[in-house]
Parts: sequence; structure tokens; C-alpha cells
Amino acid sequence: MNNIELILPEIFISLSIMFLLILGVFKKNSSKIIHNISLLVLLITAVITFNETLSIKQIILFNDSFVIDYLSSFMKIITLIAAFVVLLISSNYLRTFKIFKIEYPILILSSVLGMMVMISSNDLIVFYMGLELQSLALYVLATFNRDQLKSSEAGLKYFVLSALSSGLLLYGCSLTYGFTGSTNFNVIATQFDANEYALTFGIVFILVGLAFKISAVPFHMWAPDVYEGSPTSVTLFFTMVPKIAALTVFIRFLYVPFLNLIDQWQMILVFLSIASMLFGAIAAIGQKNLKRLIAYSSISHIGYALAGLATGSNDGIQSSVIYITIYIIMNLGFFSCLLMMKRNNIYYEEIDDLSGLSKNHPLLSISLLLILFSLAGIPPLAGFFAKFYIFKSVIEQSMYFLAIVGLLSTVIAAFYYLRIIKIMYFDEEKDGYDKDHSLWLKLSLTVSTVLILMYFIFPSQLIDAVSKINII
Amino acid sequence: MNFPILSSLILLPSIGALFLFFTKSKSENKITVKYVALFTSLVNFFLSIYLWFLFDQTTSAFQFVEDRIWIEGLINYKVGVDGISILFIILTTFITPLCIVSVNNSVTKRLNEFLIAILIMETFMIGVFCSLDLVVFYLFFEAGLIPMFLIIGIWGGERRVYSAFKFFLFTLLGSVLMLVAIISIYWITGTTDVVQLYELGIDTKYQNLLWLAFFSSFAVKTPMWPVHTWLPDAHVEAPTAGSVLLAAILLKMAGYGFIRFSLGLFPSASEIFTPLIYTLSVVAIIFTSLIALMQEDMKKLIAYSSVAHMGFVTIGIFTIQQQGIEGSIIQMISHGLVSAALFLCVGVVYDRMHSRLITTYGGVVTIIPKYAILFMVFTLAALGLPGTSGFVGEFLILMAVFKDNFLVAVLASLGVIIGAAYMLWLYKRVIFGKLINSELKKMIDLNKSEAFTLICLAIPTLYFGFYPEPLINTIEVSINDLIDTYNFSVASKQ
Repeated sequence: MNNIELILPEIFISLSIMFLLILGVFKKNSSKIIHNISLLVLLITAVITFNETLSIKQIILFNDSFVIDYLSSFMKIITLIAAFVVLLISSNYLRTFKIFKIEYPILILSSVLGMMVMISSNDLIVFYMGLELQSLALYVLATFNRDQLKSSEAGLKYFVLSALSSGLLLYGCSLTYGFTGSTNFNVIATQFDANEYALTFGIVFILVGLAFKISAVPFHMWAPDVYEGSPTSVTLFFTMVPKIAALTVFIRFLYVPFLNLIDQWQMILVFLSIASMLFGAIAAIGQKNLKRLIAYSSISHIGYALAGLATGSNDGIQSSVIYITIYIIMNLGFFSCLLMMKRNNIYYEEIDDLSGLSKNHPLLSISLLLILFSLAGIPPLAGFFAKFYIFKSVIEQSMYFLAIVGLLSTVIAAFYYLRIIKIMYFDEEKDGYDKDHSLWLKLSLTVSTVLILMYFIFPSQLIDAVSKINII
Repeated sequence: MNFPILSSLILLPSIGALFLFFTKSKSENKITVKYVALFTSLVNFFLSIYLWFLFDQTTSAFQFVEDRIWIEGLINYKVGVDGISILFIILTTFITPLCIVSVNNSVTKRLNEFLIAILIMETFMIGVFCSLDLVVFYLFFEAGLIPMFLIIGIWGGERRVYSAFKFFLFTLLGSVLMLVAIISIYWITGTTDVVQLYELGIDTKYQNLLWLAFFSSFAVKTPMWPVHTWLPDAHVEAPTAGSVLLAAILLKMAGYGFIRFSLGLFPSASEIFTPLIYTLSVVAIIFTSLIALMQEDMKKLIAYSSVAHMGFVTIGIFTIQQQGIEGSIIQMISHGLVSAALFLCVGVVYDRMHSRLITTYGGVVTIIPKYAILFMVFTLAALGLPGTSGFVGEFLILMAVFKDNFLVAVLASLGVIIGAAYMLWLYKRVIFGKLINSELKKMIDLNKSEAFTLICLAIPTLYFGFYPEPLINTIEVSINDLIDTYNFSVASKQ
């Protein structure tokens, strides 16, 4: 039991969840206090993770089923911080819809716990446990605004499709177990017989399941509907936090148990990546709803992150991690803007509602302008560097086709980002929005915008942080 | 080498922009806002003149070099100037304050933001001409799209949205392949430092593809036929100051890029692709000159003439002779001055009559005589009359081409004649003839600031027309060295 401090973050967060549940049951009107305690819990967990595990190179615990290395610690910290910010800026939104309930923060905490287990899993069963814990919490979160038809629809859709993909995933896991005789990643890696076709099937099923979770084309169909229907604060959570965990699991699966089969999965990943980049860029052009648009844009961004993974090199993994980190910051800024588009207790989320925003809200629109240009990947903003690192590692492996398709889809994607800018800056103004936003919302927008804008001055910090990730 | 003069040149406009960002743009401090912007750009101009003064003309090495690690092991922030780039920097810092002076009437709304966009644009343009690292170059090259997109889109004319999108997407599409090429160069040679790349050279087997990738970007930006179609749209819809920046400086980025990167880094590919450049340029010169002849819209006419003039520039560069490249650079500087002035001239009458159609005007010579004189000077400079800077450039280029390829030279000279035709015809229809439109009688002649900007542009146009020596002295050694390196590497590979 001398390794207990290594899983202290997970233990702490699960105990807190139980405590908060009990508190919520016995204390009336405790939603505010539970909200605040949850914030604190996320913060403390992040600090514990930072202190206890960040310096560890690699330790495998519990019969080799739970791995703690730099990748897992880094991704956990990002997950926790992202969840913290989501919780921080969503309270006003929830109050407006009268869904400021105790379940919301507790569900977020449970899904974060599930993700942390996923991130650290080194065993098929542990991985599946974490996956289901986070998924179940997410289904409920999607339907959280249950009085609205769209929200219920989103939750149901998400549940049915996600259950299907979990089934596929489980089938893949069982095939893998059946032909290697173990659920442990490291054992699987050594027992792998590359000539066994059934194993290839196993990989394909597992990849399909994972691709569904990160909404890569062609397994993306749920994303636009779920993103649109869910409450905006939950959409913000969906677009960022589960993707971090799913990407980590992707990395883990590809580079630990299946590394020997790189020839097989590389093709699949290249296809997933190209399809996501292109489809995300083209399908977003026709969207009218900002949340749907950001759903397609996130599909296309996931395509770039997958392009990094497809390289099969450590550089590629690092560039994917950098990409997802920068993507999260940009997304945070974008949703902060979306949460500010409120007038008389109604939130607006159509693109046309942004019309002439620059005249009434110059500061808000300049932030959104920078965020959008950054999402489009125009230098010198952070989004450009994210893409630059990806293409650097892709071209290192001489995958020119992938690089050129990726860059061409940035041009297509630029079109719909420009369209939003056009509506904000070139069109006639409408009524202004409320200006009394919570301090946290303003702060998150300011911080994310400044980070995006100023990233080019200190680009090395993030690279240094990520360069310790060493999987292969 | 203690004071980082180039970084100061790059940063100063941005600092001015930041200052403007924090001042409230109310109607009463419109003047103040303008003076702040003007002051910033003037300081920058004098700083660049000081740079020219310090510049050592006897060496072709890069001077005022600053080299700092930016991303460990990947990119260095490296800037420096040689004879080729210094003139473009001065052109940029010279045109920007004139742009700011000229925004008087044309920009009525959001003056503050407009000036910020112009100053940010100046930062990026100077950055392009200074950078000695491919990634840094790309960064500045692309970043310039953002302010220009906003300048066209917010302050432009009726079809501004279409033009802004067309400008942005065309240029972005051209540039992405350059990014692939830059990263490939990094993996082939292990560096993106231009100076090191000059010394190392790039393996011949890669050069052709890399050259084409760079070409795709520069061809769109130049713009060369057949990807020139964004330019007339962008020019027509952009506000006067935007057109001036676009014509005077943005187009020169591509010409500069051809000299610095296409010739410098890929000599053997440049030799292979010279016929391609010649063909496209000759087509551009004749085709766009004929189109210009038929234009109803003054701005569009000048835009098409820009395409034709840039055609001369690309021909000159790819003659790869001392005279040709010198001519190209002088032509670019001259075109920077003259096209800027012509757009300002159109802006002057547009501000008064709100029409750019040639048919609106006619017979205004007696009403606005001062304007007529200055317009005459620039019209003649645009068609390359001896005694103006336009002549020097075109003459040098044609001399070099005659040595290289007789047919191209003849066709290009034909372009000069058509050029003279459309410019003179434009002048005749606008200034001379009968005064039919009675509205024109209300026109007021140039006010002080308009006269000042135009005279500021006329002086160097005439001065360098009679005495181009200062320009040639500055660029001579660098070009000489470039050509020597080029000949050496081409000869050694055969």
C-alpha cells in the first residue's frame, strides 16, 4: 500500500462525490454550496495530481492495470482545469434555465473521475469501467435541461448511439482478449501475432468505438445534434473534456498494445483524419446555428489531432497533445462569447444573432475575431502554431498527401470562420446584449484571448511541457 | 550592433496601435487619434531613413542581424537587411504615413480601428521584408491577411464582402503549399535559416517541387495571370488607403519573395521554370493591358495596369542578370510610388463626386488645375516616360530581356505601347474634353493635405527618374552577389 499517494487524486475525487451526494440529500437548497465545493474539489485534485504524479516517469500499479506516467498526469491536469473552468462559467446559464441543481456539479465530477480512470488505464477492463462511468454521467448531462424537447432528444440520441459504439468496442476488446489471452496492454503487446486476422478485426472494432467517442468522421453523426440540443454549458463540456480523455486512450491503445500493427492502423487513422478534416470543414459551411457549427468545427479539429497520431512517432503524439491543448483554450474563448450572448434572460445561438456585434460590443467582438482567426489557423495566433506542429510531424514522416489535404481543408474551413467575422463586422447591427456578465465569464474570455494572442511570444513553454511525453 | 533597430521598426507601429486601442474613439478626439498614428508612422519612417544612412553599401552580407532563439531547436527569430530588402522597408515606412494623411474624408466611420489596422499592417509588412527565417517570413506573410481582410471588408464599397473573401481565400490557398514546402525544407536540410540555407544549398532533386510550392504562393500575391482576378475586385472595393497599401506594398512582397527565395534557394529550379514565368508574364502584360483599355472604372483600370506592371517585374527577375533584377526592384519601388499616387488621385475625385466611372468626368482641367498637373505627372510615370522612375525600371528590364529572349522582349515592349495608350486615354477622358456633367463645376481643387501627399509622392518619382543612382548603389552589390551564387550553383550542378 505504499503507492497509495499515486492514486490519491482519484480517491479524493470519489470520496468527494460521495460526500457531496450525501450533503445534497440531507441539506435543503444546497446547490450553491455544492457548486462551490465541487469547484474546490476539482482545483485540489488538480493540485494533488500536479504534486504527486507529474514528476513520475512511469509506474504501473495494481497488477499492471493502472499506469501513471507523464502523459496521464498532463492529460489529467488539463481535464481537471477544463472541467473547473466549465463549472466556473456555467452557473449563470444554469440559473437562467432554472437547472442550477446539485446533480450538475456531481455529474461533472463523476464523469471527470471516469475520464481519469480512462486516462490511466493499462487494462481493457479498467479502461471500459472508466469509459462507462464517464459516458453514463454524460448521457444525463446532455438531457439536463429536461423541460426542453431538444435536450431530451439529444440525451436519448447520445445514449442509443453511444451504447451501440460501446458494444462494438466491447466486442473488439473480447476479440483481442480471446486471441492474446490477456486484458493487460503490455501483455497484449507481447502476445500480438500480426498474422492473426481476427486480431485485426479486434483493432478495427476498438478503433471504431473510440472514433465514435471523439466524433471522428464517419462516426460523427451524433455530434451536431447532441451539441445543439444540450444546454450550452454542457456543450462546452462535451467539446473539450471528453475529447482529452478519448485522445489519451487513443494514444495509449495505438502505441502500447497495438504498436506492432502500425501498418494496419495507420491506414485507418489516415482515413479517419482526412475524412474528419474535410467533412468537418465542408459541412460547417451551411450551418446557421453556432453550436452546430462548432460541432462540425470540432470534428475537423479532431481530424488534425488524429493526423498527428497517424504519424506513428513521438513527435506526432506530442504535436497532437499540443493541438488539443490549444484547441481547448480556443474553444473556451468561443463558448465564453456564446454564453455572453444573452438578452432579457434569453440566450441567442444563431449565427445571425451576431450581426453587427462589433458596434455594440467592440471588446467582445475583437476577442471573438481573434479566436476565430486562431481557429482558422492564421498566424501569428496560437491556432497556427498548433497546426504547424502537426504538419511538421506529418511531413517528417513524408505523409505529404495528408499534409496537403489538411492544409487545403484549412482553407475551406477559413471560409466559414470568415463568414462569422463578416456577420460581426460587416453587417448591420442589432440590439445589444446584456453587459452584466459574471466576473468569471469575463475572466475566462480575457485569459483565453490573451493566451491565443500572446502565444507566439512564449511558444517554448508548452513544447517543453509536452516534450516529456514519451510513449514509444 | 547593440540597438535592435529592425525589431524596433517592426514593433513600433504595433505599439502605436496598442495605444490607439486604449483610447476611446469619440468624435472630438478624432484628430488626436490621427496624430498619434501619424506620429508613430513618421517616427518609423525616420528610423528607416536612419537605417539607410547606417547601411553599408559595399557588402552583400546581411546587416543589423538579430538572432534569437524562439522555439528551441526549431525556429529562430532572425531578422536582417541587405541591399534588396532595405528599399522595400523604406517604401513601406514612406507610404504608411501618407496613407494615414489621406484617410481624411474617405473613412468616416470607425477611424480608430482603421488606423489600428493600418499600423498593424505596417508591422507585418516590415516583418516580411526583414525576416531571415522561412517560418518567420511565413508568419508575417500570412498575418497580413487579417488586417487587410478587415480593411476591405469594413471600410470597402458595395461589393466589399465578396472582394474581401476572394482576397483572403485566394491568398490563403496560395500560401498553404508554401507552408508545406517550408516544413519540407526544414526536414531536408535541418534548418529554416535563410542565411544558412544560402550556404548549404538544397539538393537539386527536391528543388522543382519546392519552387512550385513557393511559386503558387507568390504567383497569387504578385498577382500573375491567371490567378490575378482577386486584385481588381479587392482594389475596387477597398477604401483609398487600403488600395494604396495593397498596390504599393503588398504586391511587392511577392516580387521580393521571388528574388529572395525562388532565385536564392532554388537556382536550378529557377532556371528550369524561367520559360513558364516568361510566358505567364507576357500573357499578363498584353492580356491585362488590353483589359485595362476597356475599363469603365478608374480604379479597376489602375488595378489591371498593376498586374501588367508586375508582369514586367517578374520578367526582369527571371532574366537573372544584373540589369534585369535591378530594373525589377526599381520598377517595384516606382510602381509603389506611382500606383499609390494614382489610387490617391482616384480617391480625390471620388471623395468629391462619389463616382469612379470615367464617363462621369471629362473637361475638369479648368476646374481643378492643380489636380490635373499632378495627375499628369503620375500618368506619365505610369507609362514610363523618360525622366520618371517608371522609365528607369522598364528600360533596364527590357535591356536585360533583349539579351535573353528576343521574342519576349518584343512582346513586352508591345505591352509598353498599350500601357501608354490606356493611361493617356484615361487621362484624356477624365481631364480634357468637353465639360458635359454640370455637377463637376462644384468640384474643389486639391486641399492642403491632398496636395501634400501627392507632392510627397511626385518628388521621389521624378528624382529617381532623373537620378536613380542612390537606388542602384544600394542594391548593386547584393544583386551582384546573388547572381554570382546563382551562376555558381547552376554551373556546379551541370
